[in-house]
Amino acid sequence: MSDWFAKLQQDFVLNFVSDNRWKYLTSGLANTLKITFFAVLIGIALGVVIAIVRSTWDKNKETMRPGLGKVLLGVGNALCQIYLTVIRGTPVLVQLMIIYYIIFASSNNGVLIATLAFGINSGAYVAEIIRGGIMSTDNGQFEAGRSLGFNYVQTMWYIVIPQALKSVLPALANEFIVLLKETSVAGYVAIRDLTKGGDIIRGVTYSPFLPLIAVALIYLVMVMFFTWLVGRLERRLRSSDH
Amino acid sequence: MTTEKLIQVKDLQKHFKGGEIKALDGVTTDIHRGEVVVVIGPSGSGKSTFLRCLNLLELPTGGTITFEGTDITDPHCNINLHRQKMGMVFQHFNLFPHMTLLKNMTIAPVKLLKKSQADAEKKAMELLERVGLADRAGAYHSPLSGGQKQRLAIVRALCMEPDVMLFDEPTSALDPEMVGEVLDVMKQLARDGMTMVVVTHEMGFAREVGDRVLFMADGKLIEEGSPYKLFTNPQSPRLQDFLGKVL
Repeated sequence: MSDWFAKLQQDFVLNFVSDNRWKYLTSGLANTLKITFFAVLIGIALGVVIAIVRSTWDKNKETMRPGLGKVLLGVGNALCQIYLTVIRGTPVLVQLMIIYYIIFASSNNGVLIATLAFGINSGAYVAEIIRGGIMSTDNGQFEAGRSLGFNYVQTMWYIVIPQALKSVLPALANEFIVLLKETSVAGYVAIRDLTKGGDIIRGVTYSPFLPLIAVALIYLVMVMFFTWLVGRLERRLRSSDH
Repeated sequence: MTTEKLIQVKDLQKHFKGGEIKALDGVTTDIHRGEVVVVIGPSGSGKSTFLRCLNLLELPTGGTITFEGTDITDPHCNINLHRQKMGMVFQHFNLFPHMTLLKNMTIAPVKLLKKSQADAEKKAMELLERVGLADRAGAYHSPLSGGQKQRLAIVRALCMEPDVMLFDEPTSALDPEMVGEVLDVMKQLARDGMTMVVVTHEMGFAREVGDRVLFMADGKLIEEGSPYKLFTNPQSPRLQDFLGKVL
């Protein structure tokens, strides 16, 4: 037992303390958090816009008066459909490599590129989640907003979207947990995220156990913290009505 | 009641499936300022569709609606501006559950009429006082009874200071003991001279408060006149049959 413990201590020093190797983990963690945070923002922004376009089209295509508005909305809807089909139909790693090696071949700002790639990827899933929320919000809420004199966008913004977001909060939280962990493939295109940091240590020390377990634990703690945070938010929102 | 025509409805049509189903089949009538018009009829007669066409929540497929001199069925007219002058009360209240009651009352005046929050709240509190719900202002709406919710929905519409109030079966979703309190608020409104169009099954209300009653069936306006005339001396067999069932 004491042998095993002494070995572990030795391993710990080798993997994290010598040459300040722990810095691979902290700088990697910083990149992972940066990528995830800004990708979430991009994902929500894209998702809300696409969800509004798609649900507006689905609800109104039969009753809309013919004209420029209907044509524009139809085109917008078609573009959204293509985006959703392509993004959800291809692996995120392939998308990341295409963006890194083809679209932004001349740039070497890996973190920024990864943020864009994961944001665009996440937007597709967020869009469908929010669209579900919009479609399931009682149409009476929409009509009440319109009857007061709010235009379509105002009604969506003040009345429908807040209720839709609230009802899909658990699904959204799940999407963000998936996104946080999905960023671990960023190392594939030489971006030094948390996973890559652990892997670099492993490559230097030839001792895989501690670096990889440490990486796993850090992800786990982050997800647990995030889950707790969302749980609190949900309880707060629930207490504010029903 | 004045002779000024607030809403003129001409040959209003609402067809579905390319004319196969005629929810409204040529309805023509005028609604005068200060008048209380009660619309009655069997379910499926098109009375709710008629009401929802008045503020274009339902787009008519034919005919015109002129509100305060403007043809609101014209695609170039900005219906949002006219809706600000047409309050609507729904069967299922449709209060906004993600806002406090006071926010429910003030969001439209603040965002649309550009009132200050303080002014909008003052107006809302005045109206809440009148319906006896001022003490609820800070709450979210759930612990309220149906009757309270509907009175609040009426106040929300009144906060926009509309020229006409449209009621779409306002008491149909209420427990029987709550119906009275909502009708009382509506009666008070009528006494204050509000122009009202009310779709309802409450024949007592129609008789007591209505200046004019419209009887609809199969998307058509079958008979109209004073409540006294319609209820005591119905002309058409459809109305006689309907009154025989509901009275």
